[in-house]
Amino acid sequence: MDTSIAADLAILRCERLGRTVSGKVLVDQATFSVRQNEVVAIVGPSGAGKTSLLRLLNRLDEPTAGTAYLRGTDYRQIPPRELRRQLSMVMQRPYLFSGTVEQNLQFGPKQRGETLSSDAVEELLSQVGLRGYAARNVANLSGGEAQRVSFARTLANSPIVLLLDEPTSALDEASKLEVEALIRRIVHERGLTCIMVTHDTAQALRLASRALVLQSGRIVRDGFANEVLHG
Amino acid sequence: MGKFLPHSQVYLGLTQAGIAATLAITVVLMARKRGIHLERDAFVAMVRGLVQIVAVGSILLLLLRGPRWTSVFLLIAMIAAAGFTSRRRAKDIPEAFRISIFAIACGAGSVIALMTLLGVIDTSITSIVPVGSMLIAGAMNTNGLALNRLRADVLAHVGEIETALALGAETSVSVAPYLQASFEASLIPAIDSLRSLGIVWIPGLMTGMLLSGARPVYAAVYQFVVLAMIFASSGLTSLVSTLLVRGRIFTVGEQLILQPGR
Repeated sequence: MDTSIAADLAILRCERLGRTVSGKVLVDQATFSVRQNEVVAIVGPSGAGKTSLLRLLNRLDEPTAGTAYLRGTDYRQIPPRELRRQLSMVMQRPYLFSGTVEQNLQFGPKQRGETLSSDAVEELLSQVGLRGYAARNVANLSGGEAQRVSFARTLANSPIVLLLDEPTSALDEASKLEVEALIRRIVHERGLTCIMVTHDTAQALRLASRALVLQSGRIVRDGFANEVLHG
Repeated sequence: MGKFLPHSQVYLGLTQAGIAATLAITVVLMARKRGIHLERDAFVAMVRGLVQIVAVGSILLLLLRGPRWTSVFLLIAMIAAAGFTSRRRAKDIPEAFRISIFAIACGAGSVIALMTLLGVIDTSITSIVPVGSMLIAGAMNTNGLALNRLRADVLAHVGEIETALALGAETSVSVAPYLQASFEASLIPAIDSLRSLGIVWIPGLMTGMLLSGARPVYAAVYQFVVLAMIFASSGLTSLVSTLLVRGRIFTVGEQLILQPGR
């Protein structure tokens, strides 16, 4: 891949981004660019630093080296709350807040003093295949439904880049395939850029056009998913 | 008083301490039979407790005879000791000692000062020190409970807190449910003390007032006054300490510092 062209078209660009804690290198000088509408999978063995890299991108952790640029702006210059709205993260577990599905969807907009209309809530829920669930209590949802509400809640923030941290790892096989189909459809329909962490190379091949392979915190391969993951 | 006990106060005290220690040793022996070994800890704690309280009692005896202004130093020393004790309940919380001292000084200190100005607490050293120590002790317990609960709740809900942050919430919003829970939980003992006053327990202060000849109704009402002051100072302490902790567990980049294993 021609990195100079990729950098020109990049919506997100990381330059020597790294994090070291108590002498342990979690992410080691990650340099890569992600273009608009691209779906990038970050793969690698357990402890390779995949989630650490995603947390750095969401700035849930502070980089100890390098930085990232969102649409050309150093992401440390963007207020954390605004950055996290634009670079929204879906966690490995859904962590829904107690209350109804609608209250969860309203959470992000409420932080900015906005309210979603009932139609907007229903539209989001229909996008994740949960039309009519608005008034349901989240305590009564299945694992797959909870993860889909988590997606809808993140989408309610109208992100530019979607960060997914092993979004199907806590789900059974049937729910996993449903959520994969959902990711594919939403990313396509909304023209989203997506960076997804997964330990499942088959899933990375099904969803991503490009893959980064991490080992001991360092990117060791970067290229088209079918070349990198089959190679 | 039992007719078999000596009449000299020193001998009486030692005999009563001996009887109480025998009872405690019996419990230790019962635990030992079940394979629970408390012998060393219990022995050290009892000897240490007795020596400490007799030593502090003797020092207080000297100080209580001193001029009124010495009470200010005594209360400040008590607040520092209370901060030191309750900070141990806040492992991993940055600046727990400073937070504890400041919160107890705000909670207990302001209530003691206000109530003394209003004449509710007498300015004599024999009044302000014992009543002040009760307020400081209450504030210390509440502060310890609040910090301990807040730390445990935050560590148990890192996922929920970071999810809220990732959705663009302010740090104060992300920990609000845990701050509220720790504040409420820390005040349970103070509320229960007020609720059960006179029914479950008759506190020492009232007993002391009755023994020293105060009228029973005044002794009872003043006991309520003390418990209400303990509640106020405890509530204020908990409010201040939890708010201060909230400001210390996030970085300027709005990242949660308090994490398991960090």
